[in-house]
Amino acid sequence: MTDPLLSVRNLRVTFATRQGEFQAVRGVGFDLGRERLGVVGESGSGKSMTGRAILGLVRPPGRVTADRMELEGQSILNLSERKMRRIRGSRISMVMQDPKFSLNPVMTIGDQIIEAYRLHAGGAKGQARQKALDMLAAVQIREPERVMAAYPHEMSGGMGQRIMIAMMLAPDPEILIADEPTSALDVSVRTEVLNILDRLVRDRGMGLIFISHDLNLVAQFCDRVLIMYAGRIVETLSARTLHEARHPYTQGLLNSLPRLDAPVDRLPVLPRQDSWRDGGPVGESLETDLPGGL
Amino acid sequence: MLSLALTLLGLLLVTFIIGRVMPIDPVLKVVGDRASQAQYEAAYQAMGLDKPLVVQFFGYIGDVLTGNFGRSISTGQLVIDDIRHVFPATLELATLGTLIGVSIGVPLGVIAAARRGGIIDQVARVVALVGYSMPIFWLGLMGLLVFYGILGWVGGPGRQGIIFDGMVPSVTGLILVDSLIAGDWAAFRDAFSHIILPASLLGYFSLAYISRMTRSFMLEQLGAEYITTARVKGLSEGAVIWRHAFRNISIPLVTVIALSFGSLLEGSVLTEIIFSWPGLGQYITKSLLAGDMSAVLGGTIVVGVCFIALNLLSDLLYRVLDPRSK
Repeated sequence: MTDPLLSVRNLRVTFATRQGEFQAVRGVGFDLGRERLGVVGESGSGKSMTGRAILGLVRPPGRVTADRMELEGQSILNLSERKMRRIRGSRISMVMQDPKFSLNPVMTIGDQIIEAYRLHAGGAKGQARQKALDMLAAVQIREPERVMAAYPHEMSGGMGQRIMIAMMLAPDPEILIADEPTSALDVSVRTEVLNILDRLVRDRGMGLIFISHDLNLVAQFCDRVLIMYAGRIVETLSARTLHEARHPYTQGLLNSLPRLDAPVDRLPVLPRQDSWRDGGPVGESLETDLPGGL
Repeated sequence: MLSLALTLLGLLLVTFIIGRVMPIDPVLKVVGDRASQAQYEAAYQAMGLDKPLVVQFFGYIGDVLTGNFGRSISTGQLVIDDIRHVFPATLELATLGTLIGVSIGVPLGVIAAARRGGIIDQVARVVALVGYSMPIFWLGLMGLLVFYGILGWVGGPGRQGIIFDGMVPSVTGLILVDSLIAGDWAAFRDAFSHIILPASLLGYFSLAYISRMTRSFMLEQLGAEYITTARVKGLSEGAVIWRHAFRNISIPLVTVIALSFGSLLEGSVLTEIIFSWPGLGQYITKSLLAGDMSAVLGGTIVVGVCFIALNLLSDLLYRVLDPRSK
């Protein structure tokens, strides 16, 4: 196996509050290759914060520590803002939940895509414009010329999210973090957006971190799944063997999903146990993941 | 446009009613209290007060639209001529004050929000608090004492030094502009040294308001998701703030600045009195104390029209700045 694109060990995000320190992420570790890695957990499980920590977007009073956070063997932990800015966008990028809020309402879509591209690729304005048009075509926007001059509020949610994907992929990053990219979309356009995302990520051989609370979606769409609970990874599974989950939290999540092929009168409620907070992870360990040992 | 016309009509109705219900007899003001009953009746009819109220009101609208606000009894001039004289003084002062307030207040508010909790934020907070709470007459007197009385850096009260009075031909009524048109640098310097202190004072007060509003608009925008998007793109903090966040706050900021300018155009009575500034605020106050209702109502209408015009202007700017309003 080749070296991972991204390697994270013992990542912690700490917030100093009046009641003492609060750890939003408590010792998360994983490796990301050129694959689709799903991160599943409930609200507050630290999955979004993990994504933001990788991008260096945790702002004071939040603090990020880790034993290791490497992008292709190069540490990106607590880099200076200036160095981090060169990585953001050009090597690691992110698509956020709701395009209604994540696109600037007073800038044209064209300007926003061109800005993202030119920031890292430079070049003439005309060339950047062509690239933006190509990207819009790549996410199957039918009239790219018209959309370039339009403002975000004139777009539907599905189009907005495709524009967001086009914008974030324009500078050809190696890793894309998709933070609940379809949660704000209608179910009908969800699959369409996911397919576009999937195709682009695979064609470019990128690594994708797909953050979601939707276990079913992640299982269909990803190669590997991390289950997070209370700031920790409680289980790492291959998406194909999700039903073999051993951790009671994962089992509980799976059991609380309604199934058409096995209907039940009443879905079980997931009882939480305090011991999950600090128990070790189950499932494939990191070491078995990367032969040769680490 | 219709709403503007309605607002104007409402303003005229209010000033008309005030003019009629005030316990000041306009006829007595004209004929004096020793006039005979016949003289009084004659004047009463000459002023049209015997006609029905509705007819009087339409007559009043006609008068106002043709710029006829009546004659001021304290100056003996037509009110419109008086206003033509005092309004430019206030306009000049208010404009310079707002320019000072905006050019310092907006960047201060933006930086305070960008470095929330930092030194600049704390300083801006204290500056704004002092601006809000310090009585302007006291600050004005202290300013005169220090910069005029002790240091002698600025001109004293009034719009011009006495030797420049009437030396510059009046074109716009704004002395700074007129002296530039005339190419008279000495007069310009003199007028500038007179206006700078009261304008800074008014600017300070609008700065206090504008910087606080800017800061809170900015904080709201900086928490928005599109700002995270801009950061994910790898933009520098300066580009994030000025290119992305500032464009969004410029929309509500237009209203804040227009309102602040409007309130200065009303004439800051205290500032004008302390600096013997022959402006609208002083004119209206003096007329009010003298029971000179035509002058007061004329001034009120001018202020009202200014507010309506500023609202119109900020609405138009909104359309330019906010693509969502199209």
